Amino acid sequence: MTSAPAKYAQYLADFRSLVQGPGANAPAWLRDLRDNAWSTFNEIGFPTARRGNERWKYTNVAPIAKTGFGLAPSPATANGSKAVAPTYKLEGPAVYDLVFLDGHYSPELSSPAAGPSGVTAASMASAALDNAFDLESQVGRYAPADDDGFAALNTAFLHDGAYIHVADGHTEKVVVRLSYVTVDSTEPKVTYPRTLIVAGSNTDITVVESYSGPKDSVYFTNAVTEISVGEGARIDHYRLLLEGDRSFHVGTNRVKQERDSSFNSASFTLGTTLARNDLEVLLDGPGAYCSLNGLYLTADNQHIDNLISIDHAKPHCTSRLNYKGILDGKSRAVFGGTVLVRRDAQKSDAEQTDKNLILSTQAEVDSKPSLLIYADDVKCNHGATAGHIDADTLFYLRSRGLDLDAASRMLIHAFASEIINTVKPEALREHLDTIFSAAIPNKSLPVAKAR
Amino acid sequence: MAAAAKGSTPLLSIKGLTASAGDLEILKGIDLDVYAGEVHAIMGPNGSGKSTLANVLAGRPDYTVTGGEVLFDGQDLLKLEPEIRARMGLFLAFQYPLELPGVRAWQFLKAGVDARRVHNGEEEMSAREFDQMLKAKVEQIQIDPELIKRAVNEGFSGGEKKRNEILQMAVLEPKLALLDETDSGLDIDALRIVSDGVNLLRTPENAVVLVTHYQRILNYITPNQVHVLFDGRIVRSGGPELAHELEEKGYDWIKEAVDAGV
Repeated sequence: MTSAPAKYAQYLADFRSLVQGPGANAPAWLRDLRDNAWSTFNEIGFPTARRGNERWKYTNVAPIAKTGFGLAPSPATANGSKAVAPTYKLEGPAVYDLVFLDGHYSPELSSPAAGPSGVTAASMASAALDNAFDLESQVGRYAPADDDGFAALNTAFLHDGAYIHVADGHTEKVVVRLSYVTVDSTEPKVTYPRTLIVAGSNTDITVVESYSGPKDSVYFTNAVTEISVGEGARIDHYRLLLEGDRSFHVGTNRVKQERDSSFNSASFTLGTTLARNDLEVLLDGPGAYCSLNGLYLTADNQHIDNLISIDHAKPHCTSRLNYKGILDGKSRAVFGGTVLVRRDAQKSDAEQTDKNLILSTQAEVDSKPSLLIYADDVKCNHGATAGHIDADTLFYLRSRGLDLDAASRMLIHAFASEIINTVKPEALREHLDTIFSAAIPNKSLPVAKAR
Repeated sequence: MAAAAKGSTPLLSIKGLTASAGDLEILKGIDLDVYAGEVHAIMGPNGSGKSTLANVLAGRPDYTVTGGEVLFDGQDLLKLEPEIRARMGLFLAFQYPLELPGVRAWQFLKAGVDARRVHNGEEEMSAREFDQMLKAKVEQIQIDPELIKRAVNEGFSGGEKKRNEILQMAVLEPKLALLDETDSGLDIDALRIVSDGVNLLRTPENAVVLVTHYQRILNYITPNQVHVLFDGRIVRSGGPELAHELEEKGYDWIKEAVDAGV
């Protein structure tokens, strides 16, 4: 352990108290992983928008670096936290509900189904102690901590999280809901949720991963999710960012797909002062398919950054990327989408779009879709639009008796519903529809000039 | 046809209406009275201003009214926002209905019905009551029930879009329906559905103004009056026989007659 720059003193102190305290019982491999990650973080620190750092060109994380976020004391009590558990019900033959308070698994609030053999949905802290799970070979494999300050910091503080594993050939659909909840407190605190999802060959998993916290507290969620989609397996992944208005969130998501696998994700972002959703998908086997959808709604001074990269590493893979934003106030959205088609990845099929509806003259979007194509037999296209509502469309609604406000609300909702409708579990879809409908600002849409 | 209750106040009264789109004057002085219980057909060649008339009455912002007055149900129509006109019971069936991806037909129709009810000081319709009413209208209009489960007009064929306009009309039960070339591009089956929809709406309390290029739809809907619009003015008015005359002689005849000052 080396000395830390003064600005990371709080993190160093917390790191020491973790590794000497609750984290001391961890197996040797995990202790080494943490130490190495801390060294990396200590070396590279938080990213800056310095010249040439394209990944952070539009997002300034200085407010995170400057705030002295302390490690949440562990474990938080479930005292009065019943209300934080999700209210909607998920259907399925096997539904696992895992709730984490300040990053720690809460047995009181969780209801893991009595699992059939072949399915594990457990606290990572306990799974790490059980050699049978072989976490050593999997944690950090998909999201290595060597070049990213946030992933390194998350890994240095790796203690608890969710471990989901479905064994090869387990055909029954598995549904898991992970709720990471930050508990209210007076001091700015940070949690490090960690999720590892391993889908064996020909399995079918739905995961709802949600993040929430107190509305008016300053806190920071630094999350890492690693996903491995085995041959012929399917994962439907829903990521719900429903954090408090004063929160900060950085999520690092890494997905690796094998041959003929399918990964369908929908990401929803509401709230937060600053949110960064970093998603990388590696299509590492022929015939793999991914569909990545996102919806973000921003207001006030919020800043939402979606950075997505899809790597067509093998031939015959298909990717669909469709993100939509609704921006109000002085908010800012950043969308960076990169599709890389490697030289041997013939017959790649990629589409990406980012559409934004801008409701305020002071809101701003930086949308940078890009395609890097090194193969010659591919089908790729991309586009970005910053939308207004067509004047004829608005007149159509008004001619049926809707005033400007009602027509605007209906059209904004319609814009959002394309993404909401990609959500398959009905209860979740309705839940999201309700909260996004409520968040749609009451204002008239800017109208494109009449023809 | 029920004789119109002449002598009472017209439902729609247009006097000296002029309107333009940009610098182009399109309506050059329209006078027209429509009484409750009547169906009027407005015919004319392309560019005569017949669609403009329907759209100006509905309040489309693309047009500027430059003169004249319009009373609808006793109110100065031209001063009202399009949504207020709709809530008072004026309906425009669009020539090119728009697709509304993500807007459910159910949601769209109920919003319209509720806006009108609230305007009239009534409560919004309950979801259940609305469901029953909509189901009845769908059967009445003989529209494919699958269409109302989808987003409004999204991916609909031209004929389906027109039928959907007629469904909207049936649900909103307007006092005055303006049909802007709803019959254009329809096959015989669709034309029959549209005509049946209009005939269903035909009561002593309501009126219909059919804007059309072709006489064909008048085989299914018998108008009380036919008007020929030419170069922004109504140049001929008459009974249903006028439509047949147009069908036989075409619009050139009108042009020649107007040029000759007949």
